[in-house]
Amino acid sequence: MLDDADRRILRQYQADPAASSAQLAERAGLTPATCWRRLERMQAQGIIRGVRGVIDWRALGYTVEVSLRITLDKSAPRAFDDFAAGARKIPEVLEIQTFLGQVDARLGIIARDVEHYQEIYREKILTLPHITDIDALMHVARVKFDEQVPL
Amino acid sequence: MSGPATEAFALDDTDRKLLRALAEDATQSSGALGRRFGLSQPATWRRIKRMEQAGVLAGRRLDLDLKRLGFGVTVFLGIRLATKGRASLEEFERAVSAIPEVQTIEHILGVYDYRLRVAARDLPDFERVLRRRVMTLPGVGSVDANVMLSEERLPGPL
Repeated sequence: MLDDADRRILRQYQADPAASSAQLAERAGLTPATCWRRLERMQAQGIIRGVRGVIDWRALGYTVEVSLRITLDKSAPRAFDDFAAGARKIPEVLEIQTFLGQVDARLGIIARDVEHYQEIYREKILTLPHITDIDALMHVARVKFDEQVPL
Repeated sequence: MSGPATEAFALDDTDRKLLRALAEDATQSSGALGRRFGLSQPATWRRIKRMEQAGVLAGRRLDLDLKRLGFGVTVFLGIRLATKGRASLEEFERAVSAIPEVQTIEHILGVYDYRLRVAARDLPDFERVLRRRVMTLPGVGSVDANVMLSEERLPGPL
């Protein structure tokens, strides 16, 4: 469903999401009208979902970032739904993922400092339903975070 | 995203609204955002510029529907290095950054040393990436894989 020209546009767009349609056309070797039409089509088809602003939470004073890997009590029929519904209400949770593997779910959370993290962990995370085990990974640095895929 | 945190940038309620709106859709003009939040275009533009200069608004990310592009499988890998000198970390980071299917790389503390997000076409394609690219990285000890079933991203404490 995507041809070479579409892929060229998406490659350029991934590399520079601030580029205008005219700049993308030039870099992808297309006329502005063709490029614009293709972008419109890929948006309408839902292939391009949007351009998101990236927030650096560190610059806002959130110096601690932790991945919590969680095992749930699968004997409870609504374990995943109840757990996710509770996690969604915690403002410091940025990501909720569910998995097939040793780990059932992961929460990406941020905190201002270690004390703040302790507070979130004890008062908000440990009170979530159906948790049987948690292990924490503390983030040290992001080596790559652009989320680009090979197109 | 590296280095010690300096003085944190203080947001007021209007900044928070703008940040939340831009995190959702960064293509909105300052004119349109201003009309939505009752600000003039120049005032909106100045606030956005200030957040960009402070590094709060760190850039933009193209959000693509990976399934529609043929990437049906997302796997998180937890990697433990066999040796952990400074040279081996740098060599590992350089090599892993060159794998096109690896979307994100995080250096972490805990049961693993690195956490990778990998996009693959399907499970056989993931197996190819794992065997040919990941297992052959310099210094790799053990690798754990978790296949992602669902993902939600939340706006954060704004």
